[in-house]
Amino acid sequence: MGSGALFIAVFLACAVEAVEATTIVLAAGTARDWRSATIGMAGALAVLAIIVAALGPAVSEVPLRGLRLVVGALLLVFGLQWLRKAILRASGHKARHDEDKIFAEQLAAAAAQPRRQAGLVPDWYGFTLSFKGVLLEGLEVVFIVLTFGSNQHDIGLATVAAGCAVAVVAAAGAAIRSPLSRVPENTMKFAVGIMLTAFGTFWGAEGAGAHWPGSDAALLVLVPAIGAFALGLVALLRNNPRTGARREAPVSATTGPAAVAADGS
Amino acid sequence: MAARIRAFAAFWYDFVVGDDWLIAVGVVIGLALTYLMSRAAVPAWWLLPLALVLLLPLSLWRAARRG
Repeated sequence: MGSGALFIAVFLACAVEAVEATTIVLAAGTARDWRSATIGMAGALAVLAIIVAALGPAVSEVPLRGLRLVVGALLLVFGLQWLRKAILRASGHKARHDEDKIFAEQLAAAAAQPRRQAGLVPDWYGFTLSFKGVLLEGLEVVFIVLTFGSNQHDIGLATVAAGCAVAVVAAAGAAIRSPLSRVPENTMKFAVGIMLTAFGTFWGAEGAGAHWPGSDAALLVLVPAIGAFALGLVALLRNNPRTGARREAPVSATTGPAAVAADGS
Repeated sequence: MAARIRAFAAFWYDFVVGDDWLIAVGVVIGLALTYLMSRAAVPAWWLLPLALVLLLPLSLWRAARRG
């Protein structure tokens, strides 16, 4: 796996998490208080930085084979879960991930809570909403950075890729101050699911003692093969009436929060 | 206290296992079989891709049936 592939894999996976975290921070800032939301976000980023500083060197000390077994198993489980959801969404069996709708729901929930000051934080609810959102999505970013980075002996490059993804998404969110609904999140999740599954399969098997034909080049076969298989399953689910599909029309990316709220969905 | 421990365990179950336990169990069994075959010097690289080809459609079929 080259440096470019490592960068792209980590960048895409982290961008998806960053879009979700940005939606939560924007909701906390818009519905409650921008200062509290910003302090919450900064606090969560500080906690994540401490986790990376503590775990990064420790992960590097773990023997590679054991690391690949554990990381491969986790990546494969995560990847298959992502891919499963993405296939269900693409085939119409599950509602598509819609940042506009999530943003509207977060706004409504946040606006209903009473305001309470705590120390330097003007609004405690806005702070905790932002803090928890960034911390939980950020933990997934940390996991991706440490697993991909340690397996390729380049945690530094993985960190740079994650930092770039978060910076790009955060800058876009700050510039438009509305949910990033134009980001093709469902498509990105499909691609990330394929990559996590492929790397999980590759590293998991190696960690368990198997040897791939062609060594690292096997990934060049695994990624497109899993992608083709997933697309085939989408087509099969779309066309198979025996699954009793509850077809849900994809929500338009241009549907605004006000329209969603007015629609009552 | 018990409620917090339950909530903590539920968070990690949801984080690691996710929506379908079958996938997590299938992956663990696939890795265990790969390990055992490798120890016996039998080529085992094909086992996880095979597990993937079986697990993903099965999990999707279960989800689609549940609607």
